[in-house]
Amino acid sequence: MPGQLKGALFSAAVMLVLAVPILGIQITTEGSSVSLVGELHYAFIAAGLVFVFKLLERPLSTLLGMTHAANLLPSADRMATYRPAILTVLIVLAFIWPFTASRGAVDVATLALIYVMLGLGLNIVVGFAGLLDLGYVAFYAVGAYSYALLTEYFGLSFWISLPIGAGLAALFGFVLGFPVLRLRGDYLAIVTLGFGEIIRLLLNNWDELTGGPDGIGNIPKPTLFGLEFTRTAKADGNIPFHEFFGLEYSGTYRVIFLYLLALLLVLFTLFVINRLIRMPVGRAWEALREDEIASRSLGLNPTNIKLSAFTLGASFGGMAGCFFAARQGFINPESFTFIESAIVLAIVVLGGMGSQIGVILAALALTVLPELARQFEEYRMLVFGLVMVLMMIWRPQGLLPSKRPRMELPT
Amino acid sequence: MSALLSVRDLGMRFGGLLAVDGVSFDVNSGQVVSIIGPNGAGKTTVFNCISGFYRPTSGQVSLLGKTISGLPGHKVARHGLVRTFQNVRLFRTMTVVENLLVAQHSRVDTNLLTGMLKTRAYRAKEAAAMERAGFWLDQVGLREVANREAGNLAYGQQRRLEIARCMVTGPRLVMLDEPAAGLNPNETRELDELILLLRAEHDVSVLLIEHDMKLVMEISDHIVVIDQGRPLAEGTAAEIRNNPDVIKAYLGES
Repeated sequence: MPGQLKGALFSAAVMLVLAVPILGIQITTEGSSVSLVGELHYAFIAAGLVFVFKLLERPLSTLLGMTHAANLLPSADRMATYRPAILTVLIVLAFIWPFTASRGAVDVATLALIYVMLGLGLNIVVGFAGLLDLGYVAFYAVGAYSYALLTEYFGLSFWISLPIGAGLAALFGFVLGFPVLRLRGDYLAIVTLGFGEIIRLLLNNWDELTGGPDGIGNIPKPTLFGLEFTRTAKADGNIPFHEFFGLEYSGTYRVIFLYLLALLLVLFTLFVINRLIRMPVGRAWEALREDEIASRSLGLNPTNIKLSAFTLGASFGGMAGCFFAARQGFINPESFTFIESAIVLAIVVLGGMGSQIGVILAALALTVLPELARQFEEYRMLVFGLVMVLMMIWRPQGLLPSKRPRMELPT
Repeated sequence: MSALLSVRDLGMRFGGLLAVDGVSFDVNSGQVVSIIGPNGAGKTTVFNCISGFYRPTSGQVSLLGKTISGLPGHKVARHGLVRTFQNVRLFRTMTVVENLLVAQHSRVDTNLLTGMLKTRAYRAKEAAAMERAGFWLDQVGLREVANREAGNLAYGQQRRLEIARCMVTGPRLVMLDEPAAGLNPNETRELDELILLLRAEHDVSVLLIEHDMKLVMEISDHIVVIDQGRPLAEGTAAEIRNNPDVIKAYLGES
């Protein structure tokens, strides 16, 4: 009991320290002047709640007969039989949802889907192959600039640029991976971090090609079989989407179209990765992550296998970048700073390394929640950091730890 | 008849330390050869040199007449020479059967496109790999735990799984580094039978490092004794048992 009291006091103190700046200081506006008013009682209430909860945590959980959240869900076997049905329903809902939601919400969801793509791509490298990559944003940038430059200089459409962008990002991954993958752990992380910065600085300073810090604007939006989503067609002899179908012009169509496109790309990514991890190459990634020496003794070539993970992961980053450029219509190096790499990595860690569903949930959480809580924007990084620390203490395996696709041997 | 594995004048130097010096021996096909010697004699270093984990500083290792010394570990393995480790090295979070599937990496279809499309040839190779895995699980008596995580197995089972994982690669020679370490007498006896079964029915030769003298003397066709990196004696079990140098090295001067 004294141990519990000590723990509860400590938790309450931590809560107090965190809560004072967030809850304890209110910003009030009177006319044109803004003043800070200290209202410490909220912070004390919060700390008190934490204290009481921590004190009663153990008695409460024994009282409730250890009903953990996990036990409330149906057992794994029953989940497995319902799985296809649940997935189908979720996918159908994801397709119907934008037609019922507001334009702003659909727009945020599209951004979230980009992060899902990035998270899934990085998950190959970090989650499956166990290679810590802190410069993943570089491949995202390569994809985005590929489309922007290909359309500016060669007038290529989004649909042609998408595979090229993914391919170029893969090529960059391959070229970087070749010398770098001999390194392990921390060393690899530092080199990839440097690579991410090199790409950003290159884009920032190569004025003639990339426009430097001014970026590239007027990037055309994707088209649906050649139909544009603009008020009037830009290309000669083209008719915009709304005229073709005899509809009133509305910007919403474009937003919904972009959302659906992102959704399709995410589904494509999911499909490919789900196949990959059941294929020999996916098994080899995991084996290498588990024990490189044992893998070598069985004839697996570590360099090739790591390189395949790095290259494939990069290609999905490139794909996401391409789509990002098309959605934004304007890109500059500011969008590809280290913090993006950190966020994508946080998505992977938060979701549970190697877990697809976990990564999707984490990506949605980390992009949608900040949008919902815009008024707390200044505290975003604070909360973000706090969540990561708490996760590492209580759930280091992530929200939904991976349950590998098991190759079952019938017994 | 030329030897399956021939080691000639092997030497390995770490800075100023000569860990292995002038070790030579042969393993003929169908033989069980043991390397014995006091702790720190350089037995595992010899293993590491042969299996490509170290690049020997001198000497030559050849398998079926082809030189393999200096090749990286994964290439040596593809020549049909696989090994286990002193401390068990399984892929612990993967299931038992997945461990055996990974080991067949160089025998299955690793093409990304055919795998993505699940072509008929791809599926056939995967099915064959699964069947081989099942066969070896039966051989080492682990079929009932096939879909469990390898890290959760009992120690003796993990040892057996490691041997099975070597065998699914279809090797010519398996090198076992202290396979009986940590096993109880019962398990050691089972291991003894397993090694003899490998030789009798699966046409592999075995190179063994072992401290359990009873096991060594029972199953070895040939024994190589190493002391302080140098070859001390070589011969059949009976010859080694009565060799005064060996007795001296093991028991000290009397």
